[in-house]
Amino acid sequence: MTTATPVTTTPPLVADKLSASKIAKKRLSSPWASLAAIVLAVLWTLPTFGLLVSSFRPERAIKTTGWWTFFSNPTLTLDNYRGVFGEDGGVNLAAFFVNSLIICIPSVLIPLSLAALAAYAFAWMNFPGKNVLFLIVFSLQIVPLQVTLIPLLEIFVNVKLTGTFWTLWLSHSTFALPLAIYLLHNFMKEIPSGLIEAARVDGAGHVSIFFKVMLPLLTPALAAFGIFQFLWVWNDLLVALVFAGGGDEVAPITLQLANLSGTRGTAWQLLSAGAFVSIIVPVTVFLLLQRYFVRGLLAGSVKG
Amino acid sequence: MFNTASTTPEKILQMLAALLLFAAVMGVILFIAGRFGGKKGDRIVAYLYLLPVMLLLAVGLVYPGLRTIYQSFFDAAGDAFIGLDNYGTIFTDPDQLTVLRNTVFWVVLTPFVATAIGLVYAILVDKSRFESFAKTMIFLPMSISFVAASVIWKFMYEYRPDQGNVKQIGLINQVIVWLGGKPVQLLIESPLNTFLLIIVMIWIQAGFAMTILSAAIKAIPDDIIEAARLDGVNAWSMFRKITLPSVQPTVVVVLTTIGIGTLKVFDIVRTMTGGNFNTSVVANEFYRQTFNADNQGLGAALATLLFLLVIPIVWYNIRSLRQSEAR
Repeated sequence: MTTATPVTTTPPLVADKLSASKIAKKRLSSPWASLAAIVLAVLWTLPTFGLLVSSFRPERAIKTTGWWTFFSNPTLTLDNYRGVFGEDGGVNLAAFFVNSLIICIPSVLIPLSLAALAAYAFAWMNFPGKNVLFLIVFSLQIVPLQVTLIPLLEIFVNVKLTGTFWTLWLSHSTFALPLAIYLLHNFMKEIPSGLIEAARVDGAGHVSIFFKVMLPLLTPALAAFGIFQFLWVWNDLLVALVFAGGGDEVAPITLQLANLSGTRGTAWQLLSAGAFVSIIVPVTVFLLLQRYFVRGLLAGSVKG
Repeated sequence: MFNTASTTPEKILQMLAALLLFAAVMGVILFIAGRFGGKKGDRIVAYLYLLPVMLLLAVGLVYPGLRTIYQSFFDAAGDAFIGLDNYGTIFTDPDQLTVLRNTVFWVVLTPFVATAIGLVYAILVDKSRFESFAKTMIFLPMSISFVAASVIWKFMYEYRPDQGNVKQIGLINQVIVWLGGKPVQLLIESPLNTFLLIIVMIWIQAGFAMTILSAAIKAIPDDIIEAARLDGVNAWSMFRKITLPSVQPTVVVVLTTIGIGTLKVFDIVRTMTGGNFNTSVVANEFYRQTFNADNQGLGAALATLLFLLVIPIVWYNIRSLRQSEAR
């Protein structure tokens, strides 16, 4: 997974390195290239921008005129955001926002710790059946979630966990394990064996080596996977729909937004504001921790 | 603690209790592991470290997976064994054939278009002054949920009837009107609607392709580019003879990765059309058959089909990943 280079900014070209012909070439190709890039960037941003503008326009304006008329006749309001948070509108997004957080935190922490332990065993310990077990864990990455949902639901019904956060915590944690173990294992393998051997010679057991030597070195990998998993769980709809579809008590914000879009598909004043409330957390996480996210993203390419 | 929490304080308490319980389990494992030493002890420690993971994977992935494959040979209620009939239905029933046709559209179009746009954009902004900002603009859709992306695009495709003073509020239909056309019910008109849904996926995935390919472009050694420049190679042959061959293994990885993601696309179809108006795909049909049509057998067969379709792409993906790492 070495191709996972984070987004980098190149330093500006040094002027004196440019030959005359290169400058000429640059002049020729540059304006068109820049124009094409700008057109693409605008096209990519326009849909989101339109909905963002709409989320601040009064209901009547959204429903009778296009958002582009906002610039000739600007009227701003926060009513839409009050509408999605207020309990009287029936949307009550605040409660679902809390649910999303409650679902996400254990669904990130649990697989992360379990996978770190397992990855350590696979990377640095010898035991019979190691290669076979690792191969199995590795291949489980390709299992599509769809294949597991119904039997899992039956299990949850049998042990009477339906309608609780436990269904989501347990399933998200389980689904994350193959990728997490694989990713952390690769990372741990790259740690020089001298470090571990030195600790062993000093009489340290596998527990203290794990905590004192591995964990501090592992932080970037844990961060990469943690962010990846957080965004995955926050943005998930399918798992939530199957396990939390029945009651509002445990449903995440994506589920409420999808329901709103299904039942009140023309209530754009609510949908626009609702969409942005649901976007704000992943976008913030992404902007702050972009480089880690990209790393996790590439490593997670085959995740089901 | 295992009941449904309904108020916010109750929810937070339940979460803390779950985390404490988990910490306690980990504590017990580490405590027992700490008591063992030596070669023999090492084995026990290793198995202890793997125990919780293996348990979760066996119960949560392996058993359910096998069970679903088994169920795919049974009828709608899951009682009578019907052999391969469910698979027969998928490949003969007209509705299911539409589902398969749509899935082919998705899996062929999305990876190629998204990768092409990502590659062109990565080259265009490479080494420009606003590179990092320009990349973030394209990459942002990747971080939001498919549901939110669907809401954003549903608004783009919104349709208002063509009557006197009714104005369009969806940008696409407004552009059609500006160009002198009549507004179209974009999400109802088939097969146009499937392609419009595919655009949403392309919109999301192009940023992924761009980021990964940009990293590959930057890895091309400077002296090769320099030498080509000195030879007076123009921009087009530079792209064809140097950039493209150098990033080719990465292109394959990106194509297959997006292909796998596209095969399992569900959220977009469900949020935008609910799979109506001939827009359903395999992943959405699985959900519909299982939960809305109460046909467990067919649902299981569709899930299994999804699994079978993923395998060759993943295999190809891993192979090219190996190749691109070996270079």
